[in-house]
Amino acid sequence: MMQDTYNFAYLDEQTKRMIRRAILKGLAIPGYQVPFASREMPMPYGWGTGGVQVSAAVLTPEDRFKVIDQGADDTTNAVSIRSFFERTAGVETTTATEDATVIQTRHRIPEQPLTEDQILVYQVPIPEPLRFLEPRESETRKMHSLEEYGLMHVKLYEDISRHGHIATSYAYPVRVEARYVMDPSPIPKFDNPKLDDNPAIQLFGAGREQRIYALPPYTKVISLDFDDHPFDPSKADQPCGLCGSNESYLDEIIVDDAGNRMFVCSDTDYCEKRQAAGHKGKFAA
Amino acid sequence: MTPLLSVRDVAKHYGPHIGCADVSFDLYPGEVMGIVGESGSGKSTLLNCLAGHLAPDRGEVVFDTRTEGPRDTVTMSEPERRMLGRTDWAFVHQHARDGLRMGVSAGGNVGERLMAVGQRHYGTIRQTATDWLGRVEIDQNRIDDRPTTFSGGMQQRLQIARNLVTGPRLVFMDEPTGGLDVSVQARLLDLLRGLVRDMGLSAIIVTHDLAVVRLLADRLMVMKSGRVVEQGLTDQVLDDPQHAYSQLLVSSVLQV
Repeated sequence: MMQDTYNFAYLDEQTKRMIRRAILKGLAIPGYQVPFASREMPMPYGWGTGGVQVSAAVLTPEDRFKVIDQGADDTTNAVSIRSFFERTAGVETTTATEDATVIQTRHRIPEQPLTEDQILVYQVPIPEPLRFLEPRESETRKMHSLEEYGLMHVKLYEDISRHGHIATSYAYPVRVEARYVMDPSPIPKFDNPKLDDNPAIQLFGAGREQRIYALPPYTKVISLDFDDHPFDPSKADQPCGLCGSNESYLDEIIVDDAGNRMFVCSDTDYCEKRQAAGHKGKFAA
Repeated sequence: MTPLLSVRDVAKHYGPHIGCADVSFDLYPGEVMGIVGESGSGKSTLLNCLAGHLAPDRGEVVFDTRTEGPRDTVTMSEPERRMLGRTDWAFVHQHARDGLRMGVSAGGNVGERLMAVGQRHYGTIRQTATDWLGRVEIDQNRIDDRPTTFSGGMQQRLQIARNLVTGPRLVFMDEPTGGLDVSVQARLLDLLRGLVRDMGLSAIIVTHDLAVVRLLADRLMVMKSGRVVEQGLTDQVLDDPQHAYSQLLVSSVLQV
């Protein structure tokens, strides 16, 4: 039930207008980090304040909203953000990926392919892919503007020299339209290929860092790698324990104190649909 | 013969204070030029102006680029200048910490410039880094160690390797032996002399240590209060100084 004391979707219209301008600029320059005047939100930084502001700016009363946290619809972060927009925007919510028009996500891209009618909103903790290599913001901005991205490969080089392979498994840096290097937020690198040529609009919001960036539909997104160490979108080498899927990204769950574990889909909606359709893994009840 | 670097009337002021003024010289390929002077005489200011780290107020710094011939680096665009900074130029800082990435392994430090100019083959980068560590006398087993675990002398040698890996033609050095003990200094100088001769590098070395210029430099420039007071061949200036300040400088060296 929507409460009348809030403007639609919590933020006032001027703020939404400011955020929409940032989003439009981001869409016009794919992968470029657009600064915006991030507002205080009624939740702590790190809980998705950036994603919530972007969602608030793009939501319309006719939208159907879905929130996932690490692929799941039923974790604290997902439940609280969903109820936040139920109360402040009164929009319909859903857990079904194909029914949703706006999907806010933390650290996953849904397994179900997205369509041109959908917007995917990412929560981003640290938007700057070069941050841990170059601490100065003035310098990283200059590096972006001059396309000096050698440093990004230094990080991958360090991975190979230390582990024998590129050990970065999430927040894996990508090059957008052969121009900007972008941090795709901490999605597993398994999801990186889904960024490329995606029909949905992809928006990234970082609240604490006050940055918005975006990928318009059908944008070319390439994961960085070396010629002799190509990009590998790895996942656990197991089928899902509940639905038996071999295609989806899996979470490892420890089930007792004897070291037994099972692997299940991190995308709960995908897993439940498969189980309802009769697919069974070896741990299925 | 075209000079590699041609400096004309370079001046840099800090408010009313003179950083350096009226500096002109030509540096020819393969030549090593020493700049000496006391602290605050404008040596480092001049070097930073030449290397593009500071914008001079006046004057021109013409560099003979590989592709387009002589270009004024003061007026060229920043991307071009930064491109020069990681290909044809090298800058060795006094403190190795300023020139190295301390959180990145030795191999990564050496490989950074290669990756910055587009090298995307890990095996090749690794091989080149190993080779260069050998050339600057760092044990190749330490390729994956961070510079924080290196001694001061090793850090300085690593910085030199990192800078020379792309085969630059001009090296700027800001007191490369400062802060090192004398035996380590001697080894570093030996190494530098070998590299400069082997690679046919041109270099501009700023220092207040006359022994360094005596060993490395072909020509010498003495600075005082931001101005050049004397310049000439190194031996000539050191053995027969004409200007009062040069005489003072030469006579101040402790004989042991």
